[in-house]
Amino acid sequence: MNPDRNLGTLLDGTLHDTLAVSLPHFRPELCLAATIVLLLLCRMLPVLRLVDSGFLALGGVLFSLFFAWNDVLTLGGGAWASSLGDLLAGRQELFGGLLAFDSLTAYIRLLLAGFLVLFILFTKVSGIPDREDGADFYTLVLGATLGMCLMASANHLLMVFMAVEMASVPSYALAGLLKGRKASSEAALKYAVYGAGAAGVMLYGLSLLAGVLGTCHMPTMARALASLDSMWMPGGTGMALAIGGLMVAAGLAFKLSAVPFHFWCPDVFAGAAAEVGAFLSVASKAAAIALLLRVAFGLGTTGSGPDHAVQMAALGETRHFIVGVVALLAALTCTLGNLAAYGQTNMKRLLAYSTIAHAGYLMMGVAAAVALAGRDAGASRSAVAAVCFYLGTYVFMNLAAFAIVALLRNSLRSEEIASYAGLIRTNPGIVVATGVVLVSLIGLPPLAGFISKFLVFSSVMESVSLDAERPLMLVLLVVGGINTVISLFYYLRVLKVMTFDPPPADRTADAFPLVSIPGALVTALVVPVVSLGIFWSGLYAFARFAGAFAS
Amino acid sequence: MGIAPTLAVTQPAFWPLTLILFLPAIVAGILALPIIPRGKDDSVRWVGLATTIAVFILSLWMAVPAIFGAGSPGQFTVGDAGMQAVVKQPWIPAFNIEYLLGVDGISMPLVLLTTFLSVLAAAASWPIEKHVRPYWILFLLLETGMIGVFVSLDFFLFYVFWEVMLLPMYFLIGIWGGPRREYAAIKFFLYTLAGSVLMLLAILMLYFASDIRSLSDDQLLATHVVSPALEGADRAAALTAVHSHPKPVHTFNLLALAAIGQSPASPFAATSFWGMTLESWAFLLLLIGFIIKVPVVPVHTWLPDAHVEAPTPISMILAGVLLKLGGYGILRICYPICPGAGLSFAWLVCGLGVVSMVYGAFAALAQKDFKRMVAYSSVSHMGYVMLGLGVWSAVAGHEYQWDAWAQGVNGAMFQMLAHGISSAGMFFMVGVLYDRVHHRNLEEFGGIFNRMPLYASLAVAIFFAGLGLPGLCGFIGEVLVTLSSWNYSRLLAVCSAFTVILTAAYILWAIQRVYLGAEYKGPHGDHLTPMTRRELAIAVPLVVLAIVFGVAPQLIFNYITPTVNRQVETLAEWTRSIHDGHPAAAGAAAAATDDGAVGFQAAIDSFSVGGGR
Repeated sequence: MNPDRNLGTLLDGTLHDTLAVSLPHFRPELCLAATIVLLLLCRMLPVLRLVDSGFLALGGVLFSLFFAWNDVLTLGGGAWASSLGDLLAGRQELFGGLLAFDSLTAYIRLLLAGFLVLFILFTKVSGIPDREDGADFYTLVLGATLGMCLMASANHLLMVFMAVEMASVPSYALAGLLKGRKASSEAALKYAVYGAGAAGVMLYGLSLLAGVLGTCHMPTMARALASLDSMWMPGGTGMALAIGGLMVAAGLAFKLSAVPFHFWCPDVFAGAAAEVGAFLSVASKAAAIALLLRVAFGLGTTGSGPDHAVQMAALGETRHFIVGVVALLAALTCTLGNLAAYGQTNMKRLLAYSTIAHAGYLMMGVAAAVALAGRDAGASRSAVAAVCFYLGTYVFMNLAAFAIVALLRNSLRSEEIASYAGLIRTNPGIVVATGVVLVSLIGLPPLAGFISKFLVFSSVMESVSLDAERPLMLVLLVVGGINTVISLFYYLRVLKVMTFDPPPADRTADAFPLVSIPGALVTALVVPVVSLGIFWSGLYAFARFAGAFAS
Repeated sequence: MGIAPTLAVTQPAFWPLTLILFLPAIVAGILALPIIPRGKDDSVRWVGLATTIAVFILSLWMAVPAIFGAGSPGQFTVGDAGMQAVVKQPWIPAFNIEYLLGVDGISMPLVLLTTFLSVLAAAASWPIEKHVRPYWILFLLLETGMIGVFVSLDFFLFYVFWEVMLLPMYFLIGIWGGPRREYAAIKFFLYTLAGSVLMLLAILMLYFASDIRSLSDDQLLATHVVSPALEGADRAAALTAVHSHPKPVHTFNLLALAAIGQSPASPFAATSFWGMTLESWAFLLLLIGFIIKVPVVPVHTWLPDAHVEAPTPISMILAGVLLKLGGYGILRICYPICPGAGLSFAWLVCGLGVVSMVYGAFAALAQKDFKRMVAYSSVSHMGYVMLGLGVWSAVAGHEYQWDAWAQGVNGAMFQMLAHGISSAGMFFMVGVLYDRVHHRNLEEFGGIFNRMPLYASLAVAIFFAGLGLPGLCGFIGEVLVTLSSWNYSRLLAVCSAFTVILTAAYILWAIQRVYLGAEYKGPHGDHLTPMTRRELAIAVPLVVLAIVFGVAPQLIFNYITPTVNRQVETLAEWTRSIHDGHPAAAGAAAAATDDGAVGFQAAIDSFSVGGGR
């Protein structure tokens, strides 16, 4: 800080930073915020109540999508088209270092906006929320998404906390959307209590870290960490750092529904509407993974500079700690998620555990990316790209899965797996679509889920072969492999019920046919699951662009 | 970023191979559309059969130019040892994944076997009345998967096709199977998926250890990393681009991986974890994946269940083609890419082979269920394949004589093809009987010969082929394998010769219990009608081929011997270079190939199998 800088220049600087640098990069979020205000305004005036809140929200999100796409284009500058060249994404700090704007921000925002478009269309088709609840529902969804965008770009621990809360609080209300339904209220309460607890722990952790390092700005924290002789120096400072780190990890693990902070997830998914499940399982997870990348890379690496190599080396211990925590959580999450999914009879609960398991696979990729950061920057970028690709395919897989659950609920009035028995007799198209989605979730070629898993596993294998955290990564590989096999059982059981078993005698209604609006929605979601499994160069180029943030 | 746009160089085999590969899948896609109205099951059947026939004719056009008149450069040249009809298109440039197809003397006969058995299995599928359309869709998808494994030269592509087969097979067993179909289907799926996950780990291991910059220009061209169809400046530019790359360039190209694995300073030979080399790990992981498919004791238990529960045509495919995928994988991938591990684990492969040979035979003796007995006979017969592939007898006495080993590998290849014919035939014959009397209990048969003389004669012929009677196809492979193992280990040779007696015992006993005897006393005796024309059209070609290949094994050896001999000789030279420590040998091996081929051919001829010539 320049001591003789007076208030005027400071204000000028802030004004310039805000208006000329930050706000132009903040347009997608601004669009969401403006849409929220509009949605609320429409509730106030009787005339405007005629406006369908769903389509209003869709309009706002489309604007947001446009700006997000624009950011990707300007940032990538067409460079993302060349999939082999090493990309360098211009990194900028917004709002005085609170937010970071780089390729990861741009990619995740694009992903979230694109997901929202599909999601709103899906809710219009499925009919939840009804017209009465529409404005509330979409306000909450857009508000949560705004928080998630901030999670993806947080560069400051205070912002991390703010963003997590901003994404979580609307989610608690969303979980209780089915008013008058006991399970739904219980889910909301459970979620809120868990969330509050996790937020408290995380805030405590943040304050410990900030207290030791003297700042909340992550790049500065990383430099401070690098200047420490050793994490385990005397006087308890190291212990404070480690405990602070673990507490932050607990907060993030709650958002990721990572074991052992996952207990809320099955209950919330089972109690809340399938639509809410879709939102939480895709958008929330994508944002949480992005935030994990932000924090892990923010504290574990430093940006380019003259003493880059020295600083990176000095941060080795920090990265080792981060990798250890993330890898351990990943292995636990994956295994427990898959094992717990066995006994489930309710489709939403099964998908909840499936979501937990997939968070585990994603975290394996994050662990590999951090482990590789000190060894080979290119390989580390590939690992981030693998995670981002996974998120991209995950949007379609999980949204399709929840869409099928919701649409079948509308026609069959049940979300129990047993009620799907023998659907192949009457609705082969829907069963094939479900089959594609579930097999993709298992990770079998030639579907998108396989490519995602392949990319993550190959990043983990690359860290083994480059000797970056080798023993841990080997464990992750073995755990990932075993989990792929055991996950086969429960996904296939759903298919087995749909195809092998005879239909229940008391089934009154038919499921919806494939040639219908709901059918078209399912088709539109399932086609990418297949095509991204065969022609994945395009999405992978985008993912590599996102991975360039780890330079 | 598709595969179509850059046909930069002329690839005459592009359309023939692509059609053979994808025609069944395309037709499956068309069948899924509501073009043929509901209820017209016969139209679906005819479309399916016509597709398999078209694919068979296409593959025949490619494999046997003599029939159609050679002339197209896309056709296969019999007797040429190298990789032919190579198709190379970029798929995922970021990982150097390519749409790389090709056939050689090892894969071409197996492709032909696949397309041929698919026609017969399609014809055998006529009695399937339940859910006809989905059945045919899955059947055709399965055919694409099987052919894809045999023609893929890119490890990633290979893996994709390998996995593509799983799901159709799961449903084909699980929906159209017998009483315990669900158990059998999930067991099959789990075993194979466990194997393929291990394979995926090995693939990634090898990928990240590989670096194509270490290959010479000639090797780059020979392995099709740089297409040899490129000319002049393009070629030079492509070669320079590889060598001037600043970072290691990894590859999934199976040929390039083999060249790297056999190079003197192979990166795969570096010590990896727990004191074992990387190639040892990769070899073991791949081997587990492949022997589950073969299947070999102790990972064979899915096979009897799957066979017993699967409908007849699927049993034919399962025994005739799917089991061969494992043997093919070992021959194409394990040995060339991980030669060091292959050498040190030769005892393991051979031991597993002999154990399954003996165990399978004893288990077959103990069976009461006709189909289960045939299933265990497959385990026993595939044991010969393992033994033949494994006898790394080039080290015996340190003379690096590769003749005996080549004999074993040729025998194993022949055994795979012969078993494809005989086991498909045996399962079909069991199916014919089951369709009539609806049971398979060996104790309740007897006297079939009196009731169905034509069927019984054909069945006995096929069972004799399975038994390995001289003059029938089963004999050649078994005897070559047994002879070659003598050089490697006397004990194993004795065991495998002894197994022949067991084989004779269970097959003759089965023939005696089923076909001989005074009269049929089991249930549904009045349903024992003569074979229909459709059934004859399936059985007769199998019997004819069983005899033809038994009498004139050259028909097959002409295809396989040059390629097998070249691979074996290269690996024998590699062994010498490892032991004697002069690294130049690996490169020089290819030059001596032709002499070697002639030498082995002479050995085959002088051996004079069953009045062969």
